[in-house]
Amino acid sequence: MRKKLWISLVLLLVIPGLLCIASCAKKVLKVEPAEVVSAEDEAAIKAAAEAAERAKQEELAKQRAIEEQRLKEEQRLKGEQAMRKKIAARNMFINENIHFDFDKYNLLPLARKILKRKADWLWNNSDVSVIIEGHCDERGANEYNLALGDRRAESARAYLINLGIAGSRLTTVSYGEERPVDPGHNETAWAKNRRAHFTIE
Amino acid sequence: MFMKRVNKLRAWPAYIIFLVMTACFLICPALCLSEYDYVDINSPFLRKIPIAIPLFKTTAKSRAEKRLSEKASDLLSETLEFTGYFKMLDRDAFLVDPEKSDITALSINFQNWTSIGAELLITGSLQVKDDILDMKLMLYDTFKSSKSRLLVGKRYRGWINDQRKMIHRFCNDVIFCLTGKKGIFDSKIAFISTGSGNKEIYICEFDGYNPTQKTHNKNITLSPAWSYDGKWIAYTAYKKGRPDLYIEHLKEKRGFVVEKKGINVTPAWVPGKFALAATLSFSGDPEIYMLTGTGKIIKKLTNKRGIDVSPSWSPDGKKMAFVSNRSGTPQIYIKDIDSGNVKRLTFQGRYNTSPSWSPNGDKIAYCGAENGAFNIYVIGIDGNDPLQLTFNEGDNESPSWSPDGSLIAFSSNREGHHRIYVMSAYGTDQRSLLALPGEQTNPRWSPGTVSN
Repeated sequence: MRKKLWISLVLLLVIPGLLCIASCAKKVLKVEPAEVVSAEDEAAIKAAAEAAERAKQEELAKQRAIEEQRLKEEQRLKGEQAMRKKIAARNMFINENIHFDFDKYNLLPLARKILKRKADWLWNNSDVSVIIEGHCDERGANEYNLALGDRRAESARAYLINLGIAGSRLTTVSYGEERPVDPGHNETAWAKNRRAHFTIE
Repeated sequence: MFMKRVNKLRAWPAYIIFLVMTACFLICPALCLSEYDYVDINSPFLRKIPIAIPLFKTTAKSRAEKRLSEKASDLLSETLEFTGYFKMLDRDAFLVDPEKSDITALSINFQNWTSIGAELLITGSLQVKDDILDMKLMLYDTFKSSKSRLLVGKRYRGWINDQRKMIHRFCNDVIFCLTGKKGIFDSKIAFISTGSGNKEIYICEFDGYNPTQKTHNKNITLSPAWSYDGKWIAYTAYKKGRPDLYIEHLKEKRGFVVEKKGINVTPAWVPGKFALAATLSFSGDPEIYMLTGTGKIIKKLTNKRGIDVSPSWSPDGKKMAFVSNRSGTPQIYIKDIDSGNVKRLTFQGRYNTSPSWSPNGDKIAYCGAENGAFNIYVIGIDGNDPLQLTFNEGDNESPSWSPDGSLIAFSSNREGHHRIYVMSAYGTDQRSLLALPGEQTNPRWSPGTVSN
């Protein structure tokens, strides 16, 4: 019985002691595992670092791509602008008619200026061939006007050849009074219709 | 038995079907040859001869035949009136009912006609049997003695549908008898119309009847020109986007193209030859060339820097009128083909184009501009006294003579749109030829006979 008491007493002392140890051991354990795991998980840490590095690289690449894109865009815009300019020049070449006096086919000063511009354009676009249309106003015989339109187109052609454009790139066609741009029957309309018009073949 | 004959007739080719029995059943037409001082077509002060054309007599009393008679007599009336030589007397004023009197001289009381002022009288009768029309037509001089009264007496038989042709035959005979010249009633007029949306060539009969679209190029078609025999037509068209020259047979599907660089325009056939003059600019300058009917160059006819265009031949083919701006403005010149001499014809005004040499050879009609107005003029080939024929009525252009030289067709916008008009060679009797949608320009009168 007495033995039982002693055991109980010891237990009474030991258990809290154990408990205490256990709690102390817990404290130690907290440190101990760190030392133990660091060896095991070194790879993981490395991987994390690598991931971070990769992310950094990726970010850099992304930035580079954005910059590249921006440059490309800039380039594109520049190209577009150049193209637009080119198209504008081309349109101007096509749309800018030269005009003549009634029953005349000599080139007026403004017509010469325009033809010089056209010659420049033709220089810069050496692969282009051009049709020069000769037109007249509605007045007078349409038969005579066919010949007059022919003369007008030929005047323009001869001038461009003088400015160094190859004659083989320039053909003419006379429409006489058959294709007016302005259907009116007054001097404004007539002045518009007495023209040489350029089209690209 | 008659049916049998008709069937036989039907079996004949179309060109034989039109039976014209120019029977000298009362008179020889040769008599007429001495009579043509009735109308002097060269007189500018032509007096219109009063003529009476009563309704043609019909034997059967059927309504169809009556209508046919009315149609025939009206057509005869209109056809002769077109010449400008006659004053048609109003049928209401006639003292005689044609139904009740005979059409032959024996039974006509000519006083009934002279008293209403008729100097000429045309009587006719017609009969229809099995679609065959039998027509007798007679022209009388009401003032002559009974012996020489009958100037033309003819009988025609043919299909009812050929009635128009029969009337035209008779009118040709009447005109030949009265003027000594062939009538124009078999001639046609080619012109340009925009009715289809594009400029295309149309052809109608001399009086504007039956206009028919000839080309279907669907671009720009210009300047129709008849060959002297009326079998060929040449014109400019932009079938390939440029003004090329097309030479086409009117009946058969064959032709030629002149498609040189530059313009290939303003064809004019040489009288009596399968050849034509046209302006080509392949050399860099528009010049007139003589071409074969197949479009091959024979020779150069002009050689002057600047515009040379719109040739028109003298009837003997020895001279050519054309337009040139060698003096600075478009003027009409005449070139003598043999000698090569060129002389300027027009000096009045600063814009004279579109010469048309008269069939009689003595005059040239053209279009001249003064103060911005375009009008038709006629000038002697010596260059004297240009005579203005149109005044203050829009722009008047593109004159073309009728084959007998009595009329001029032209285009005018006097009523707004461009239309084809006809007037006498002296500018009288100006009238619109036909009403069509779109605008009509560029009339070209054919020679006297044209292949249909």
